[in-house]
Amino acid sequence: MSSFLKQFIESHLAALGLLIVALVIVGALFGQYLIPFDPDAQNILLRLKPPFFSGPNGVHVLGTDALGRDIFSRLVVGARVSLLVGVASVVISGTVGVAFGLIAGYEEKYAGRFLMAITDIQLAIPFLVLALAVAAVVGPSLWNIIAILGLTNWVQYARVVRSEVLALRRREFIQAAHTMGIPVPTILIRHLLPNVMSTVIVISSLLVAKMILFESSLSFLGLGVPPQTPTWGTMIADGRNYVGNAWWVATFPGIAIFATVIGINLIGDRLRDLLDPRLRQMEG
Amino acid sequence: MAAFILSRVLYAIVVVFGVSVAVFFLVRMGGDPTSLFLPPDAPVEEIERFRQLMGFDRPLSEQYLAFLGKALQGDFGMSLRYDEPAMGLVLDRASATLTLSGSALLLSILIAVPLGILAAAFRGTIVDRISLVISLIGQSFPAFWLAIMLILLFSETFRFLPPSGRGSWENLVMPSIVLATYSTAIITRLLRSSMIEVLQADYIRTARGKGLSEWRIVMKHGLRNAAIPTITVIGLQVGALLGGAVITEEVFAYPGIGRLAIQAIANRDFTVVQAFVIVMAVTIVTINLLVDLSYGLLDPRMRNKG
Repeated sequence: MSSFLKQFIESHLAALGLLIVALVIVGALFGQYLIPFDPDAQNILLRLKPPFFSGPNGVHVLGTDALGRDIFSRLVVGARVSLLVGVASVVISGTVGVAFGLIAGYEEKYAGRFLMAITDIQLAIPFLVLALAVAAVVGPSLWNIIAILGLTNWVQYARVVRSEVLALRRREFIQAAHTMGIPVPTILIRHLLPNVMSTVIVISSLLVAKMILFESSLSFLGLGVPPQTPTWGTMIADGRNYVGNAWWVATFPGIAIFATVIGINLIGDRLRDLLDPRLRQMEG
Repeated sequence: MAAFILSRVLYAIVVVFGVSVAVFFLVRMGGDPTSLFLPPDAPVEEIERFRQLMGFDRPLSEQYLAFLGKALQGDFGMSLRYDEPAMGLVLDRASATLTLSGSALLLSILIAVPLGILAAAFRGTIVDRISLVISLIGQSFPAFWLAIMLILLFSETFRFLPPSGRGSWENLVMPSIVLATYSTAIITRLLRSSMIEVLQADYIRTARGKGLSEWRIVMKHGLRNAAIPTITVIGLQVGALLGGAVITEEVFAYPGIGRLAIQAIANRDFTVVQAFVIVMAVTIVTINLLVDLSYGLLDPRMRNKG
């Protein structure tokens, strides 16, 4: 494992990605103990102060927002929502998609066609509007957003896993397991799943980045997590109205999203190069 | 060839049918949808009257058949906010969205196609590095934030582009750039990797052996064979562009169907949302169908596949 890590950080860009993501994880886990200000503390006298403003309680490194809250503190706390949504929704889509892909690959005939049709139906529905409409119908909450993102993004897993299983099925060890009368669920989980795992890891890492972008878009439009929770998307939405006179309010949360997503994509690209060179052409 | 076309057309119809089922169940996910359509303070008699008017008291299968029957005639019901047919509202705004998505698509093709080809032809050089960095950055931007930053730069600071609205070409510049960013990244990446794969094929080695110029090899033999994956991904990007137009239109207050849909969701005007999703789906499915059919033209081997 350590030699894998060594090989991983041989690419300086990948090492940079790892560093960024490590910082975000630290912020999400321990941020509440590290921040200089209470992220929800409002002070109307300190509203829209520029970066490095010295207030009565200390320096506001990234300035303050329209309610006088410290932007740096809110950014650090906001990492938690982004990361939680990104990881949890990928766990859901990964579970659904991999299960579907394993079954569709092994019991090829109808499941495979059904999968293609579901894929094309999902591709034909504008995702953002679907997510917004579902959020409007079931009500916005953190777990609803995670469920919506998770259940609308599993198709890529299913398709890739299915095509791998189609190839693996003809190999001797699977044929042998089949002949020995091992039940199909056992073959799927014990024999096929470990063989598609590296592909699944690569897809997952790149999908976390996408999910973080989706979550921030939904929050920006006001139908993500409830407005009291500080998230990067809602912070940008708040700052949008002051972009002419207080550029910092919308700028820094955007940089946070951009850096996090780049960091994760760098890790994902490196994993793809190391684990699964064939996947290099899979996009989307 | 006729059988190929027929099977693709039938499949496209199945997909649109599937979308109609999704759209139908969308408003029924929380149970009886009456409360979604009416304001929370509506009187009880009105709720009951509306429920009967819309048929929400009848069995689901019957409701779906009624929905489908009307939808086939282009009738998605009235917008509850504007008191106009929902489909008419969506179609009125469609041309604005087509203009925006079209110019964004053109922009991404103009940048991505040369960049992808150059990156593959000069693999491992500085050109290739630049293309990789551009595609990494392009797919990591939160589009709405990029939009706000462009407004900050070009409208607030330098004041040479209008921050919102529609009318002149100047209104199209920033929204097109924002919308094109992601697609440019994806198309560049895919064209690069398809070209690299094609350039390693045996017939390319043969062409080199014949002494053809490198330019001719890349442009003629390489590009032609990388065309199918590229056209596929461009076709898929049309869907992404139309979907991405939603948030771009919202930030730039651009009066297309994406902005209409977001307002309709905020106003709980779900007939408009349903009409919007169907219009988008039919557009995307039609484009994918054309892409599928173009394979038949580009690659004779595809014609005999059912």
